[in-house]
Amino acid sequence: MTNKVEAKTDKKDLTLVCFSGDFDKVLAAFVMATGAAATNRKVTIFFTFWGLNVLKKDYGRKMQGKGFLAKTFNFLMGGRNQLPLSRLNFGGVSPHLMSSMMKKHNVATLPELIEAAHALGIRLVACEMALHILELERDDLIEEVEGVVGVATFLNESENAHIIFV
Amino acid sequence: MIFLDITNETCPMTFVKVKLQLAKMEAGQDLEVILNEGEPLNNVPASCEEQGYKVLSIESVGDGKHRIIIQK
Repeated sequence: MTNKVEAKTDKKDLTLVCFSGDFDKVLAAFVMATGAAATNRKVTIFFTFWGLNVLKKDYGRKMQGKGFLAKTFNFLMGGRNQLPLSRLNFGGVSPHLMSSMMKKHNVATLPELIEAAHALGIRLVACEMALHILELERDDLIEEVEGVVGVATFLNESENAHIIFV
Repeated sequence: MIFLDITNETCPMTFVKVKLQLAKMEAGQDLEVILNEGEPLNNVPASCEEQGYKVLSIESVGDGKHRIIIQK
């Protein structure tokens, strides 16, 4: 029996650059990514800057990095549970209200979409430079992350793909 | 025959659930899917055929719902 999910068609690949760490924008990125993978496209998401918050192993706030500034930034940026709504965030209350509205209407929540992305074989990669600035290591990220890459690798691998910047 | 009801799911989990269920099955096995008209009905059967699976039947079961049988 094979559990492998494969994209067998000649459809164009899709690469999403997830720069934003806003709850709603990350959600949009994962909806597009999972939708594309489920309809037989090979999908990669390249996370950089604020987007890296989605990949942190610690979902909450945590001092990470060596220097004072990196520690402070990482604490303030937080992890997956702290993603703010891009508008009407109301001090972080809105993402929770939005999640409960999504559940009420049977729309997949962000953790469910991330799990689906993994099951569908979507490649999650992290930006080397942004990790370096924030003094984060590969081990600070969730194990689903396939690699830490630079912009040249990301562009080479996306040569024949649609690229969407979120 | 394996059964999957995606009438309560919304985009993109409609496609996602069908794709992941088919991935778990053996070649030759059948999957019965109940889905809503509109986006799921327009795209789920087409997406399965793209992957090389056979859509054996599509029938309306009323109330805007349809039953499709897919053979892996």
